[in-house]
Amino acid sequence: MPSAHPMVPLPCSVRRIQRETHDTFSVELSPGHEFPFVAGQFNMLYWFGVGEVAISISGDPTKPGRLTHTIRSVGSVTQGLQKLKPGDVLGVRGPFGKGWPVETAAGGDLMFVAGGVGLAPLRPAIYYVLANRKRYGRVVLLYGARTPADILYKQELERWRARFDLQVHVTVDHGTGGWQGRVGVVTSLISKPDFDPGSTTVMICGPEVMMRFTEAELEKRELPPQNIYISVERNMKCALGLCGHCQFGPTFICKDGPVFPYESLRRFLAIREV
Amino acid sequence: MNGEPATTGRQFVIEREHFDQLFELLARKGYRVVGPRIRDGAIVYDQVNSAADLPAGWTEEQEGGKYRLKRREDEALFGYAVGPHSWKKFLHPPNVRLWQAMRKEGSLEVQEEKQEVPKTAFIGARSCELHAIAVQDRVFMNGPYLDTSYRLRRDSVFIVAVNCGCAGGTCFCVSMNTGPKATSGFDLVLTEALEEGRHYFVAESGTETGAAVLAELSQRPAEDREIRSAEEVVARTAGQMGRTMDVSDIKGLLYANYEHPRWDNVAARCLTCGNCTSVCPTCFCTTVEDVTDLSGQKAERWQKWDSCFTMDFSYIHGGSVRSTPKARYRQWMTHKLATWIDQFGTSGCVGCGRCITWCPVAIDITEEVRAIRESDFRRTKRDRHGDTGTDSG
Ligand SMILES: Cc1cc2nc3c(=O)[nH]c(=O)nc-3n(C[C@H](O)[C@H](O)[C@H](O)COP(=O)(O)OP(=O)(O)OC[C@H]3O[C@@H](n4cnc5c(N)ncnc54)[C@H](O)[C@@H]3O)c2cc1C
Ligand code: SF4
Ligand code: SF4
Repeated sequence: MPSAHPMVPLPCSVRRIQRETHDTFSVELSPGHEFPFVAGQFNMLYWFGVGEVAISISGDPTKPGRLTHTIRSVGSVTQGLQKLKPGDVLGVRGPFGKGWPVETAAGGDLMFVAGGVGLAPLRPAIYYVLANRKRYGRVVLLYGARTPADILYKQELERWRARFDLQVHVTVDHGTGGWQGRVGVVTSLISKPDFDPGSTTVMICGPEVMMRFTEAELEKRELPPQNIYISVERNMKCALGLCGHCQFGPTFICKDGPVFPYESLRRFLAIREV
Repeated sequence: MNGEPATTGRQFVIEREHFDQLFELLARKGYRVVGPRIRDGAIVYDQVNSAADLPAGWTEEQEGGKYRLKRREDEALFGYAVGPHSWKKFLHPPNVRLWQAMRKEGSLEVQEEKQEVPKTAFIGARSCELHAIAVQDRVFMNGPYLDTSYRLRRDSVFIVAVNCGCAGGTCFCVSMNTGPKATSGFDLVLTEALEEGRHYFVAESGTETGAAVLAELSQRPAEDREIRSAEEVVARTAGQMGRTMDVSDIKGLLYANYEHPRWDNVAARCLTCGNCTSVCPTCFCTTVEDVTDLSGQKAERWQKWDSCFTMDFSYIHGGSVRSTPKARYRQWMTHKLATWIDQFGTSGCVGCGRCITWCPVAIDITEEVRAIRESDFRRTKRDRHGDTGTDSG
């Protein structure tokens, strides 16, 4: 158990800050001991005097000595976190939640579909699969960003693209600054790779509309909906299933998710303001 | 435990003039005693030192959006239904400090709060309230994470229940199968009887601790006629329910009716004030507030009651998920009566009627359910398609 009491943050110092894009950065923490987690889990990060937010772990689950998060600054707390520097101390509660079904997906093909900062919660699953590459069939990553400047982990994507055992397709909504690649929404990439719909597990992370459209597109390609998993965000205070904030229909995103089989949420995703 | 367990399951009579002994005994045993007393025109739960602090001779009138104290014709101590308070304020207090943190050059020290929990005796908990406590027990003690401070408080409580001698105008425990007779979840249970100039309590223990307390009071075994009187009190109350709710397939009903037009209707009346959530004995939602002192070196985190009727409750970057009053009322009621069942294996409503009485615009959960049931989306859909299959609703 990383922290003595799940409501009490564990102090961790910042080892490294990596600027990813103009508004997104990665923070590597030194938890002081191993911090085992499952791909798709998240932590509650507390910065003294600033506040606490839910952030997925974006690092490698096969290297539990390092604890990395990728944060997009959007509001009061995440903008405050943008000022972090090495040596600063954050409070960490976690890891929380259910992760990606990387184990049940073994033996079949795998497709990751990411939109924007949604690539961050998927990255640990990609690391895990690459570390256990023999156990999976074809592996595909489809990634959509707003503009070329918003693409996360550029060098890593290049390295991955150079591998023969991983197909990487990237698209942007607006092709600025001499972008030579594809322009269009991420769903338009689904026709690109070759995959066997019956044996493919799909893990999607991005804005809710993007996940809905992706699912619809996959269904058109006759992928069984029960093979589709998504990660969902809701306001969250405790992350323990006690504060009530993250309810979505009958589920608590923090303890029943954040990763869910699409089927279990389908009917609620179709209703506005659940 | 030096009481006589022989008292468990048997009924005893405590005369009114000996009733004060209960307060003295509990105080001697180190309990802070809390119970009903009159304050600001309502019967609330607070510290009570003797039977003299109880609302003797008082009852109340309750209706949608209305609560008024009224004199009784007798001197009953428990001759009222339930007021704006519930025991939740003791077991799940509105403000709890979770931890304190200190910042010292480049380091952070976080100290978990050591909860000081006094042994507390509840006097006069009603059957619906015992059910509400059992509901919160499931929320705070049965999930993957235990709420340790709730657990501490829960374990330090001695509960004296009272079978209801009169129902309030907004009560519907009979529909919810949560009363008016207390069947479990108490240490002692009393039925207050006033007849032919006599005033006494029929008492029964529910735990060994309760039996030990009972054994130390002036009591004697109840006679059959006294036991019958006590049973009549409860039976009479059961026949006085101010409200009813048809709960057959209530989960299916609400799951199928997220898009029912009634939600717009109720939203046009709802002020989203959140009164219903704060008076409800099962509503458990909280938020946290981090406060930093002036030096900027000390911080504290407080857990506070929150309400799903606020905009902040569902805020995520870009806006609130439930921005309309319709979505917020729907969330509250659907949670109480439907999703709660999937989450905790029980209804989130115990039929106490508080949300009806304390709603400033008299919105009535039983009426809202009735309206939805009357034009159940599933049935109207079938009607539209000319399906004449029988319907259980
Ligand atoms: C399980 C989970 C995993 C997440 N993983 C990441 C991640 O890897 N990287 C990342 O950049 N962001 C992630 N988020 C979103 C991140 O929590 C929000 O962007 C952040 O809370 C915004 O806080 P703020 O104070 O900067 O914004 P403000 O807009 O000022 O928000 C105020 C408050 O509202 C709440 N809030 C606002 N947006 C969200 C949100 N999307 N989810 C939950 N609570 C919110 C928070 O309590 C926040 O402090 C995740 C959210 C969840 C629930
Ligand atoms: S139902 Fe009544 S008490 Fe509840 S939020 Fe609406 S107006 Fe307030
Ligand atoms: S929903 Fe209303 S009637 Fe039901 S337990 Fe809560 S306050 Fe009482």
